[in-house]
Amino acid sequence: MSATDPHRTIEAVWRIESARVIAGLTRLTRDVGLAEDLAQEALVAALEQWPQSGVPDNPAAWLTATAKRRAIDLFRRNAVARRKHEELARELDALEQTSPDLDPTLDDPIGDDLLRLVFISCHPILSTESRAALTLRLLGGLTTAEIARAFLTPEPTIAQRIVRAKRTLAEKHIPFEVPRGPELAARLSSVLEVVYLIFNEGYSATAGDDLIRPTLCEDALRLGRILAELTPQEPEVHGLVALMEIQASRTRARIGPTGEPILLLDQNRAHWDLLLIRRGLAAIDRATNILNTNSTTNRSPTDISPAPRNTLTRGPYLLQAEIAACHARAHTPEATDWPRIVSLYTELARLTPSPVIELNRAVAVSMANGPRAALDLVEVLATDPSLDRYHLLPSVRADLLYKLGRHHEARTQFELAASLTQNTRERVLLLTRAASCQTPPG
Amino acid sequence: MRFMVIVKATEDSEQEGALPDPQLMADMNKYTDELIKAGVLLAYEGLHPSSKGARVHFSGKNRTVTDGPFAETKELVAGFSILQVKSLEEAIEWVKRSPNCHAGESEVEIRQVFEPEDFAPAFSEEDIQQEKEIRAQLADQAAKK
Repeated sequence: MSATDPHRTIEAVWRIESARVIAGLTRLTRDVGLAEDLAQEALVAALEQWPQSGVPDNPAAWLTATAKRRAIDLFRRNAVARRKHEELARELDALEQTSPDLDPTLDDPIGDDLLRLVFISCHPILSTESRAALTLRLLGGLTTAEIARAFLTPEPTIAQRIVRAKRTLAEKHIPFEVPRGPELAARLSSVLEVVYLIFNEGYSATAGDDLIRPTLCEDALRLGRILAELTPQEPEVHGLVALMEIQASRTRARIGPTGEPILLLDQNRAHWDLLLIRRGLAAIDRATNILNTNSTTNRSPTDISPAPRNTLTRGPYLLQAEIAACHARAHTPEATDWPRIVSLYTELARLTPSPVIELNRAVAVSMANGPRAALDLVEVLATDPSLDRYHLLPSVRADLLYKLGRHHEARTQFELAASLTQNTRERVLLLTRAASCQTPPG
Repeated sequence: MRFMVIVKATEDSEQEGALPDPQLMADMNKYTDELIKAGVLLAYEGLHPSSKGARVHFSGKNRTVTDGPFAETKELVAGFSILQVKSLEEAIEWVKRSPNCHAGESEVEIRQVFEPEDFAPAFSEEDIQQEKEIRAQLADQAAKK
């Protein structure tokens, strides 16, 4: 029996080509929703014709040409849009006669269109969940059904979400362009947020979930890697890719036999994927090289040009990647470079202060300097009233007290943590630890 | 899913010290760039001719070593890459876009790589059952508090 299937071949071609086709059509029509609809119609035509005629030598050109013809038909049939049709037809004719390199200074016009598509699908005017759905649809080549299954959401909800997102982009006249100057950093940040959201959705999949869910990690990784090649000078992009590669490297070691999660320090490191770790470390190197090249200390003293953005400062994704890399480089938990992790968390906390980061830093401090030093940090955190319902705080505090032999206090904190957590498994673990605290004699 | 793309050898690739055609090299580099830009290439390596290699033959406890070169050129591996794609068809589509590595005829084989999920669980049914019982007990004790 043959392992390959003609329908799957066409789906594969779609996955490879669709983003570029949609990007090119968006540039022509200035309407990302219309572009996607036209591309989808071209796909339908492909599914009808290619099983007989075979996959064309240049599938992207075939799909684009078919979509353009549909566009002209559409405008021809719509009397109200007739003027638009004439403009469009003239534009299409002009484009078909000239070479694709409209602007000789652009060395990768297709790449630029793709980057424009990335920025528009991740536009901050859309909610993060809309951005995620639209990005997976336009750039990931996923069907609405696949996106729905992946996010445990009903299909009509996702369909509506995508329709509304396209409508919003059209109504607000969001331009099809790559942001420039000071706007670029913020816009790039919203792109990275979407990619990491998709990754985390996949990463959080548990045993028994729809099998499509963990594949979101692969989708996110692919999107991140594509972005890294479209914006190779952006350290945070390489930082995010590095973080995802290294987190993905632990997939096989993270889940126990009954589907329970295994803590990083308890994982069997022989099951960490060395190929992904190597890629993650390489991505960190790329980011670091960019930052070093831009470092003002490397500039001539007579250089009065404005310093490039991102001189020296590592962003949050790169810092998180560096922390993940510290673990990845350690062959055993004992070999972990905890002092380095402490200083990375300190730098990260300065950029994006949060109780989670402070707690993680405290844990790292306890590993590097002992529980006493860490407990001091945690007790300061415990005075923050906004953290009253945060179960990880008493949980970490309890662990440190236990290590210091203060079992009576430890038990109180374990029980407090258990009462605050929503997770049954975690509550069981915390109560077990509480029970293991030796009560004082007498 | 991951696939290993195995480029088979030819008489040209088996020749020691033979420099590849510069145009071919340029075409291959361009293709590799496309794979990287598409986010699907995980790794790739070229192998020296078999004259620089060796074989170890296993027979029970015996090991026999044979030095290269080896005769059956078309079956030898000249290079490999690993692609991350969603189906065999997608791997095939990418491979078809590759320039022909060698002038004339050559062969590329595509094989799926085992993923962690493909392996049977490392724990026996007994272990799994025992684990479940322990957790049930813990939950029981917690509930009684």
